[in-house]
Amino acid sequence: MRAPLSWLRDYAPLDATVERLIEILSELGLVVEGVEHVGQGLADVVVARVLDIRPHPDADRIRLVDVDPGDGGPLQIVCGAWNFAVGDLVPLAPVGAVLPGDFAIAKRKMRGQVSHGMLCSAVELELPEPDGGADGLMILPPGLAPPGTPLAEALGIEADVVFDLDITPNRPDALCMAGVARDLAAALGEAWHWPFGPDGPPAEPAVGTAPIVVQSGDLCPRFTGTVIEGVPDGPSPDWLARRLTLAGMRPISAAVDVSNYVMLDLGQPNHAYDLDRLGGGGILVRRGHVGEVLTTLDDVERRLGPDDCVICDGDGAPVGVGGIMGGASAEVGPTTGRILLECAWFEPTAIARTGNRLGLYSEARTRFERGVDPEIASRAAERFCALLGSLPGGDRLRRGPLNDIREHALPSAHRITLRTDRVNALLGVRLDDEVIGGLLGPLGFELTAVAGGFEVVVPTWRLEVDREIDLVEEVARMWGYHRIERTVPAGSGRRTGGLDARQRERRHIRRVLTGAGLDEAWTTTFLGPGDLERASLEPGAVQVENPLDRSESLLRPSLLPGLLKALRFNVDRQLEDLALFEIGRVFAPPGEGRILPDESEHLAVAVLPPPGSTPTAAVRSAVRAWQWLATALRLEEPALEASPVPGLHPGRSARLRAGATVVGEVGEVDPSVGPAYGLSGRVGWLRISLDDLAAAARRPGRAVEVSRYPAADFDLAFVTTDDIPAARLLDTVRAAGGDLLEDLTLFDVYRGERLGEGRRSVALRARFRALDRTLSDSELSSLRDRLIGAAAGLGAELRA
Amino acid sequence: MTDITTTAKELLEAGRARLAAAADLDRFVEAEREILGKKSALAALNSRLRDLTPEGRRVAGEAIKAARDALAEEAARLRSDLTERHRRDRLAAERMDLTELSSAPPGPVLDWSGRGTGHLHLVTSTRDELEDTFVAMGFTVAEGPEAETDRYNFEALNMPPDHPARGMWDTLYLHLGDPGQVLLRTHTSPVQVRLMESGQLPIYAVMPGRCYRRDTPDARHLPVFHQIEGLVVDRAITFGDLAGVIEAFTTAFFGPGMHSRLRPSFFPFTEPSAEFEVTCPICAGAGCRTCSNSGWIELGGCGMVDPNVFEAVGIDPEEYSGFAFGFGIDRLAQVRSSLSDMRALLDNDVRFLSQF
Repeated sequence: MRAPLSWLRDYAPLDATVERLIEILSELGLVVEGVEHVGQGLADVVVARVLDIRPHPDADRIRLVDVDPGDGGPLQIVCGAWNFAVGDLVPLAPVGAVLPGDFAIAKRKMRGQVSHGMLCSAVELELPEPDGGADGLMILPPGLAPPGTPLAEALGIEADVVFDLDITPNRPDALCMAGVARDLAAALGEAWHWPFGPDGPPAEPAVGTAPIVVQSGDLCPRFTGTVIEGVPDGPSPDWLARRLTLAGMRPISAAVDVSNYVMLDLGQPNHAYDLDRLGGGGILVRRGHVGEVLTTLDDVERRLGPDDCVICDGDGAPVGVGGIMGGASAEVGPTTGRILLECAWFEPTAIARTGNRLGLYSEARTRFERGVDPEIASRAAERFCALLGSLPGGDRLRRGPLNDIREHALPSAHRITLRTDRVNALLGVRLDDEVIGGLLGPLGFELTAVAGGFEVVVPTWRLEVDREIDLVEEVARMWGYHRIERTVPAGSGRRTGGLDARQRERRHIRRVLTGAGLDEAWTTTFLGPGDLERASLEPGAVQVENPLDRSESLLRPSLLPGLLKALRFNVDRQLEDLALFEIGRVFAPPGEGRILPDESEHLAVAVLPPPGSTPTAAVRSAVRAWQWLATALRLEEPALEASPVPGLHPGRSARLRAGATVVGEVGEVDPSVGPAYGLSGRVGWLRISLDDLAAAARRPGRAVEVSRYPAADFDLAFVTTDDIPAARLLDTVRAAGGDLLEDLTLFDVYRGERLGEGRRSVALRARFRALDRTLSDSELSSLRDRLIGAAAGLGAELRA
Repeated sequence: MTDITTTAKELLEAGRARLAAAADLDRFVEAEREILGKKSALAALNSRLRDLTPEGRRVAGEAIKAARDALAEEAARLRSDLTERHRRDRLAAERMDLTELSSAPPGPVLDWSGRGTGHLHLVTSTRDELEDTFVAMGFTVAEGPEAETDRYNFEALNMPPDHPARGMWDTLYLHLGDPGQVLLRTHTSPVQVRLMESGQLPIYAVMPGRCYRRDTPDARHLPVFHQIEGLVVDRAITFGDLAGVIEAFTTAFFGPGMHSRLRPSFFPFTEPSAEFEVTCPICAGAGCRTCSNSGWIELGGCGMVDPNVFEAVGIDPEEYSGFAFGFGIDRLAQVRSSLSDMRALLDNDVRFLSQF
């Protein structure tokens, strides 16, 4: 909300500097988002008349201008603007003037010619630019004022400050000048008072009332109507138009402006109907009918329903959505002679419901859904009549009595018990009753001392304050958050911080992978509808009901598409040699009888070696990443099992196991998927489910004694058919080696014509060692035979 | 006349045979061009039409078109078969025994790369640092689902349906359950509710995690972002404790000489509520562009847990009190690293990733 300081000062002197007021507003929770200084820096600027324009003898782009600054002149000014002519009135900043932004004007020479000041543009004076936003000087209307008149006086500008306040939803009372001023006055220890008395035109029974029938009292507990005759039809006077403009509203006509003014001043949204255009000459308030349609003032057709409070004319035809927006039919206009003024109170939750359903926002809705003072209506009507009557042409204005229809109970002033101990216990302060009373009283709370605290009556403009905790907050706010001593929680004294196993493991994984040279990526959770097919993933992903963009309409069931897009992003920028990993949540549709998606946390690795790398480089990197992780995470019996995996190359993919637990898969991205994402190279892929990993068996952290005796190594090359996985050969041989086999690794694979189609030689290195002795030749020889024998059981022959 | 129709039929049969005989994709493409291309015998037939009577032209024209369409359809079918066979052959030829790789000793993971160590994402390293700071202050780290029910994201946090404060968050809903029932969490507060519901008191925990809002991305906002919240529930916890913890965190995380201040604000789930600001980490309070010359930057929100929230999770607000706080991890990372556009966090440009 924009609050001009001059307007706030209607209610209290607010005797403090602007800087201090900003500080206080922030400390009160009325956050100042911006401060606008209006009409400052104009003090020395005067109106001047252009007498003569001459070329500068030594410059092309600036000219010499003689002006009359009020003493007849001529005064020579050097000027670079070209949009004015002899006889024009323009603003002059004479030598010694200080313009906005602390820009001091001095006498200076420009290319040998003296300039006795500066002719100004609107921008330089921080004034609104004239229509069309002319380039150059601000040209004043002819005959505006004689030369020498201070510009501010000529334009009727008073220096002012406008605070742009961010009012939180719990402070509907601060959505008006009266409310903001009340907080400020209380904080400054100043008295706050209504700036006007009952000085409006008296209610004349002869003017009469319009019939008002409220059928939906639960939605509209209070509806007041006031008939006003002799409405002035001119524009608003300058002071009113200026206040509205500063507060961010456009002046339109006297009746509309007064309506807006009263809302901004007192917080009561109101509506002026042209009584002579109101069918039946009255108002009916009822629930909407199914299928009923109303065109609101913003020219949109609104479909109403039985949850909505509809304002109708006396004939039952809708003229407005109650408390949110009027319709066009009975809107006041230049020909309006008689007004029916509505000041009502609507049920906040009903307003919110209707507003949400219609997607309709308005100043009125904002106030009503947060809670308007239910008792302010009559004062607002008074104020409306008094203001309108005080305008030019308002002397003919007459008003009828307030027709105050209350078909339903209004919220009554809350009574709350406030315990002093509770205040001190929650805030960590030691305030006595006198201090608490002094903080709450000026805000309008009525306090009666009772044992241990107060009985508090809440003012009707603070109805959202309905619990003790709300009063505790008010005490804290008025005392000042910064005055509350900062302490360390004593609590019950039992606390130990730390990360849990999953959190530690996640960090461990990140350390291993970054240590291996991979960069961590973070991709969006959303996929587009084509992504599943493009990445050859199984169909079926959780859909977003209201995505901002269709490309973000699915929750990812896999990290694959996101990482492929990340690779592509880099390739498009000529970045090669890419190795990314990501840890993030993926989503599957909920299981039977559940509504939340099946959410799990995945680790994925995607590597794209640079062009020219060997065709197996990508998949080898992925397998190695798995080996590194399996070692680092102490997985028990890590293993690969060839298996097709959606999205991966069917001949180069494998499930990953830790013991009996499947934890993920490794391989190469299907050669048709990469190109679908604009990638021409082979992409290595590793995926591990952190949830499954949590269930995997780990090697115990128990120390295994290491032998001090020498080792004996021998190499064995076995020829096997391709259908026996190398891992199976190693497992078989390892089992045969028993406890004395310290290590067994594959160090070479050979395929060639000599071996025949579908066969290969797998070279293994076995290392034997005993804990308690040096192994003898005969022992080693029989161990070697055992290994060969076990391999033979798989059909593997020792290669000569 | 009839002879054009006959020729068309003959060309159709010959074409079929020719296409079917193509053994691989290259030869198929060649055959297709010869049969259906501009210089094909079928195309040449068209030029003979002009010598015919209008009726004859119609009949013959239809015959040519029928042959052409039949051949085109056949070609499309065969092409897709051949492409698929080609693909299968290639995949079969590339079949590898991956256990040959996994049975060898693991060499460098990226043996094709000359690079050094990799890099954690800026958001991760910031999150780790935050977690470590709070862990040192005696907090645990709690996590929860990113897809949540309305109850955990709003209702249990003192925001019943149609509560105007819900408008503070633009929510993404999922096509699950009843309309509006399942959503992507707009903050990590649902984890607080789950923690409190678990009934294990006292609670000293922080909850980092990914959150979602229906916001158009710009330099300072992403629709997918990360947040960290803190929750303390214990006996005799005060607002002064909240201010003290925020201050201790500020100094521990940002360094000595860095301070915090609280300003009244509103959140439906806390009361009293506050915004908290910290000394601008760019200028150390001297005033700069980042902090609009105020010397302070707004970091997040905080407050005392609202009694209604305690009641929703079955904790007696007369016996226990507590506070909560929260702020954006990405936003903090952005400020600390002077990152002008937050969208860079999602690009995963390796030149960006490798800076942190």
